[in-house]
Amino acid sequence: MNLNYTAEQLAFSEEVKAFLKARLPETLSEKVRLRKSLSKADYELWHSILNEQGWLGGNWPKEYGGTGWDAVHRHIFEDELTRAGAPRIVPFGVAMLGPLLQAFGSDEQKKYYLPRILNGEDWWCQGYSEPGAGSDLASLKTTAVRDGDHYVVNGQKTWTTMGQYANKIFCLVRTSQTGKPQAGISFLLIDMETEGLTVRPIVLIDGTPEVNEVFFDNVRVPVENRVGEENKGWTYAKYLLTHERTNIAGVGIAVAELENLKRIARTEQYKGRPLIENPHFAAQLARIEIDLMAMSTTNLRMISEASAGAAPGAESSMLKIKGSILRQEIQSLTRSAVGVYAMPFIPEDAEAAHNDVPVGPDYANAVTGYYLNHRKLSIYGGSNEVQRGIISKAILKL
Amino acid sequence: MNFELSDERKMLQETLSRFLSDHYSNAVVNELNNTEHGFSHEIWAGMADLGIFGALFSEEHGGFGGEGFDIALVFEELGRVGAVDPVLDSVLLAGGLLAELGSDDQQAMLEPLLAGQTQWAFAHSEPNSRYELNRVQTTATLEGDHYVLSGHKALVVNAACADFMIVSARTSGDVSDHQGISLFLLPANLMAQGLQSYNLGTGGRACELSLDNIKVPADSLLGEINQAYDSIEKITACATVAVCAEAIGLMDAIKQLTIDYLKVRTQFGQPIGKFQVLQHRMADVLIEIEQAKSAVVNLAGHIDAERQEREKHVSATKNLVGLVAKLVVEESVQMHGGIGVTMEYELGHLVRRLTLVDHRFGDSTHHLERYIELAVA
Ligand SMILES: Cc1cc2nc3c(=O)[nH]c(=O)nc-3n(C[C@H](O)[C@H](O)[C@H](O)COP(=O)(O)OP(=O)(O)OC[C@H]3O[C@@H](n4cnc5c(N)ncnc54)[C@H](O)[C@@H]3O)c2cc1C
Repeated sequence: MNLNYTAEQLAFSEEVKAFLKARLPETLSEKVRLRKSLSKADYELWHSILNEQGWLGGNWPKEYGGTGWDAVHRHIFEDELTRAGAPRIVPFGVAMLGPLLQAFGSDEQKKYYLPRILNGEDWWCQGYSEPGAGSDLASLKTTAVRDGDHYVVNGQKTWTTMGQYANKIFCLVRTSQTGKPQAGISFLLIDMETEGLTVRPIVLIDGTPEVNEVFFDNVRVPVENRVGEENKGWTYAKYLLTHERTNIAGVGIAVAELENLKRIARTEQYKGRPLIENPHFAAQLARIEIDLMAMSTTNLRMISEASAGAAPGAESSMLKIKGSILRQEIQSLTRSAVGVYAMPFIPEDAEAAHNDVPVGPDYANAVTGYYLNHRKLSIYGGSNEVQRGIISKAILKL
Repeated sequence: MNFELSDERKMLQETLSRFLSDHYSNAVVNELNNTEHGFSHEIWAGMADLGIFGALFSEEHGGFGGEGFDIALVFEELGRVGAVDPVLDSVLLAGGLLAELGSDDQQAMLEPLLAGQTQWAFAHSEPNSRYELNRVQTTATLEGDHYVLSGHKALVVNAACADFMIVSARTSGDVSDHQGISLFLLPANLMAQGLQSYNLGTGGRACELSLDNIKVPADSLLGEINQAYDSIEKITACATVAVCAEAIGLMDAIKQLTIDYLKVRTQFGQPIGKFQVLQHRMADVLIEIEQAKSAVVNLAGHIDAERQEREKHVSATKNLVGLVAKLVVEESVQMHGGIGVTMEYELGHLVRRLTLVDHRFGDSTHHLERYIELAVA
């Protein structure tokens, strides 16, 4: 095991740094730093800048317009992006649907959809969860019934992140009521402009409409929009869950968030000194940093195994649990660090460029909302309880 | 030992509890968030009519209570529904200072305050004071028969609708000296120009207050010049009973919501409350809430003790309650899954409020350090 990057890898990280310096708009990194909501246009702008450079499909093979990077290069790239305060790449098209289509899509689907993901013509959202099907996703009830060369879809999806921006949704739907629940699920690509499909925003605890409910009332979907075989959708979705998960720990974001916390703690005053010099505060900060250094190496160990060809399986559950807890602790301590200025709650219009009346230091305005909103890290994408269940079964064999 | 409430207190609790559950709901809270003052003047008047504010004062000051346990009782009930009314700031803090320090003329203002007819605010903390009560940078300089106030007050709860404000300022000494802090009782319109009003995450509203050479008559002094620190510390101890008791009410409400949810939410063909891992964690939550309740009893019982003993309990209780609040917030949200991070479900408001308990009158780290100074070192 070599903890150091090779010369080539180091040169690559310099290249990414230089690119970010030249091309990452300050308007975007400033919003990220201040924990402001990014608008649809912000994300689209960032995607287009990356796409121009040929770097949007970081996890795609070259033949589909991707970079062909291995896991280490992807890690370096993602790491530099988060350190620089770049917006995140919206995962639904690039990181989720793209690889799934590459593995299981028809030639027509690949030819039509993949370029549209990169050039921004399509904004995808993920329609898996339902009111009654969260952790127990296989119990989903939204049905798709064949009617000639269409499926007729009825039911409801929920928690659909950024569904209000999307023009397309990929869904798990029930196509068979017999046998095991997992065996009756198909994977459909649905145009959100289709008649009978409606979207209702859900306001989250930080006041932003980040997620949505999506209702399907006799929505007609052409059969050719099914990915792979009928009733095999669960297998495809599971494939995605065990692949492309090297970034699941969010080490880069955690490092950036910790840096931000330190900056705040150097600015905040306590008993006439910078807060960071207070031993009780510093002890909490140090404890997090020690954990983060170790987790960063755990992450690299798994990336290096993945680069060597091993498919990350239940190990990604460890990264998800540890990574989410660490980020949540950083966010909690950041909230503590700003003192009384965690109390103002300035509702932010997601589309507005900035709040016009800041209260207290600019870094303080969003910390409470950010902390509460990010409790989601241990809930979505398989809750930490579900992940512990996976570890118990798959690794501990209990 | 008897931890039972007296009959009078039981009656007060029942009256208040009935009133609040009749008047509060998640819809009401969400609506109030968009109002000018962040709370309902109608609910306020209703509480005043029931005599709730009198429970926070002794008979000598026109009330019928005023002990630590009276304060705890009232605020626990307010917490249970996530009430957003400025009882703490307008009545307990400002009213408490007025009752303790007011001259005969000033004392006359207590009656309308207790009747809920006037609104008050206490402007003390500052952008750099963090949780230190002694760190006052705002100055008051005597010029002839006037004082001139200048500085910045942070997060003055209820300032936008206050008729009167009590403002602390330094009349002598260094920025962190205990000596040299004075209080001024002022009609709020004197400072209207300097107010910037905003919503709080708890519900309700606060202001930043810039004092740009505000001229106030010399007789607006409340209490003795330079000697306000002890009174501020003492009223903050009462306020700490209040926020901690409120936290208990919030915790109980959140616990009940979570237990109910564990029973009705099914996944994998069974109520999620059947999963042992969640049962055990809910059991831990219950144990810690009981700890927090005991800590509040400890503090409420020592509010009239001598300074060292009282303040030791202030810091012990605030430290413990802050830590338990974090646990209750995080576990309840986690066990609710996605619905726990929305504002549409009533948990949202309650966890916001409980989260921010740690940001008033000192967080758990501040009070750990203070406890060490008072009781360990
Ligand atoms: C902000 C946000 C964004 C999201 N975005 C999307 C999206 O874009 N698309 C999408 O399809 N979904 C999305 N989700 C949904 C997310 O994947 C679900 O919230 C998640 O699967 C949990 O389901 P649930 O919320 O129904 O909670 P539940 O499954 O009801 O869980 C409630 C609690 O029970 C626990 N629990 C459940 N089963 C067990 C068990 N067997 N053992 C022990 N404990 C258990 C859970 O861990 C949790 O603590 C999003 C969620 C959030 C909060």
